[in-house]
Amino acid sequence: MATLGVAALAAGCGASGGGASEGGDVTIEFMQWWEPELPDGEFAALIEQFEEENPGIDVELLSGPYASIKDQVIAGSASGTMPDVLGLDGAWVHDFATQGSIADLSAAMSDAGYDDSQLAAQVQVDGSTRMIPVVNFAYPMFVNNELLAEAGVEVPTTRSEFMAAAQAVTDSGSGAAGFIAALGLEKPNGINIDIMPWTWASGGTMLSDEGGPAVNNEDVTSTVDFIKQMWDAGVIAPGGLTMAEQDKVEEFTNERVAMMVSSLAHINLIRENSPDLDFSVVPLPVEDGYTGESGVRYASWGIGMSANSEHPEESWKLIEFLMSEGANGQLSALANGFPGNANVTPDFTESDPLFEDAFTIWEAGYPVSEFTGLPLADELMRVFDEELQQVLAEDKPVDEALGNIQTEWEGIF
Amino acid sequence: MAQSRQHKVTAAAFGYLSPTLVLLAVLMALPIGMVVWYSLQNNVITNANPEFIGFEHYLDIFGDSQFHAAIKNTSVFVLASVVAHLFLGLGFAMLLNTQLLPHWVKTLFRTIFVLPWLLTVAIVAVLWRLILNPSGVFNYLLVSTGVIDSPQEWLADPKLALFAVVLINIWCGYPFFMISMLAGLQGISAELYEAASVDGAGLIRKFFSITLPQLRPIIISMLLLDIIWTSHQFTLIWMTTGGGPLDRTELLSTYTYKLAFSQYMFSAASASAVVVLVISAVLAFAYVRHQRARD
Repeated sequence: MATLGVAALAAGCGASGGGASEGGDVTIEFMQWWEPELPDGEFAALIEQFEEENPGIDVELLSGPYASIKDQVIAGSASGTMPDVLGLDGAWVHDFATQGSIADLSAAMSDAGYDDSQLAAQVQVDGSTRMIPVVNFAYPMFVNNELLAEAGVEVPTTRSEFMAAAQAVTDSGSGAAGFIAALGLEKPNGINIDIMPWTWASGGTMLSDEGGPAVNNEDVTSTVDFIKQMWDAGVIAPGGLTMAEQDKVEEFTNERVAMMVSSLAHINLIRENSPDLDFSVVPLPVEDGYTGESGVRYASWGIGMSANSEHPEESWKLIEFLMSEGANGQLSALANGFPGNANVTPDFTESDPLFEDAFTIWEAGYPVSEFTGLPLADELMRVFDEELQQVLAEDKPVDEALGNIQTEWEGIF
Repeated sequence: MAQSRQHKVTAAAFGYLSPTLVLLAVLMALPIGMVVWYSLQNNVITNANPEFIGFEHYLDIFGDSQFHAAIKNTSVFVLASVVAHLFLGLGFAMLLNTQLLPHWVKTLFRTIFVLPWLLTVAIVAVLWRLILNPSGVFNYLLVSTGVIDSPQEWLADPKLALFAVVLINIWCGYPFFMISMLAGLQGISAELYEAASVDGAGLIRKFFSITLPQLRPIIISMLLLDIIWTSHQFTLIWMTTGGGPLDRTELLSTYTYKLAFSQYMFSAASASAVVVLVISAVLAFAYVRHQRARD
């Protein structure tokens, strides 16, 4: 009631962000979760560079953790008080676009005469670009080399090899589990991170050719069957049904699990917390017999603009700056991600060698992030997660669960 | 003349009260009114042109199996927590009030018993996630003492999750009961116990004939307040289980949150919030009546 009350008040107090300062300069607000995740002062320095190159435009950085930014952006969308420029997650884009709270970037690019061929990707809703991925983070498989060696197995490349390796690790007496999946409902992104990448790695999809739901197809059925098989064999780490992503990374860091799917952004965290951990990043195993190209799941720091911004031109200039070769290369290097500008080649000279390995995996496959741009993406994942939990914990038949998900998804689409 | 003076006094009183009344109107009445109004529309916030649909959301919610699960879980969660808070709070308060222990021992226990109350819910949630982890200290103790054969997934097992969150809520909620009971116990006249001793009453008789009747007003007030507070518990559940696994720890608070911030169904969420408000209002009314009766 209290939360809804605050949202209600916010909705009644609409006013646009940003404004003109006394000297005639334009101040634009930029809300994102990136600054706290970058080395101290680096993002502010980049923004200062923008301000120097664009006299008359001041940028006010509104920074916070991801979860808090999401709630603030939703409240801002409701009240019409969105900041001029904002960090976006692909999962939010469709909802904000249909609410009319984020601007049509295709029009902004066209007005500014911007050549969008340099953009590696654009997230569109109904044919209009609403989000531009600034930095991309691939999600390969992390393996603990020591645990695999102790269990006497090689890095698996197919699902059957993976199953055997996970079983060997679990049975090795080390106390570690073979695999881990964070399926907590607080943030049901485990479906996007730990489950669906198995489908995408084998060239599968959860969508129809028209972009509608096809979650009960053979590709996804095979994946869920495989996960269920691992669950029944006891090779998935316990506690997964309420686990969050950070718990999963902690379990891997503490050597209680041998293999996980995770973001490259976690390499530094793992190195920091466990400097001696011997681990690698490798491609996710594929279905036995599959020889095609693998889809590599990725997440992005996306950027968008408020539809109500009083300073759309200045806001676009900031986006253009962050997507320029120099700034984008710098930002992606700082974030240990892959650049959103297709002309930038990542510089790995000062990075952990694992990033170069990951870039090789990234280049060998194709980027995939099927939840990006879908309506109520979080809710789609939650529906999937709730049914998957019933499959795992209560032996609900896979076909029935996927059928239910398909029905619910069709309702949402 | 006298009537005019009375009007002036009344106007002056309202004048002094006006800042508070304005604040109450803006911070309480207005948001509550807006949420009730939202609950009667098809959807708000994400919909630029909402339409009035009456009680449709209420009918949908009352027919939703997840809402039924949330009601059931909330009832179990509240009942178990409140009963345990009462017994633990009363038990520890009596221990701290006894004349049988030296002062320094009571000071030590008082410090230990009140510790859970000093931690914020977020810290409690993180702490207990670690304690109840399959590789955590709780499993280690139970396995090493032979109470259980193998580590349990306390928060992730559908059969154990509700019990686990109730346990955490009991741990972080009993100190307030304890402090209130202790204050009540210290207010009971020693003469009553002395007179009972002269009449030959034993400890048990004294407890049921003096202690409990004397504490009755405090116990009733605390029970009502605790029911209201516990039924609103959100952070603890959200940060430990997120309402899962399955829907085993889904409470009315998490159900409402998901409607609003996962499905963006703000009007349906408002209807759910109004249901919670009505339940709380009934309890609050009972509390106020009880307080008036005491006065």
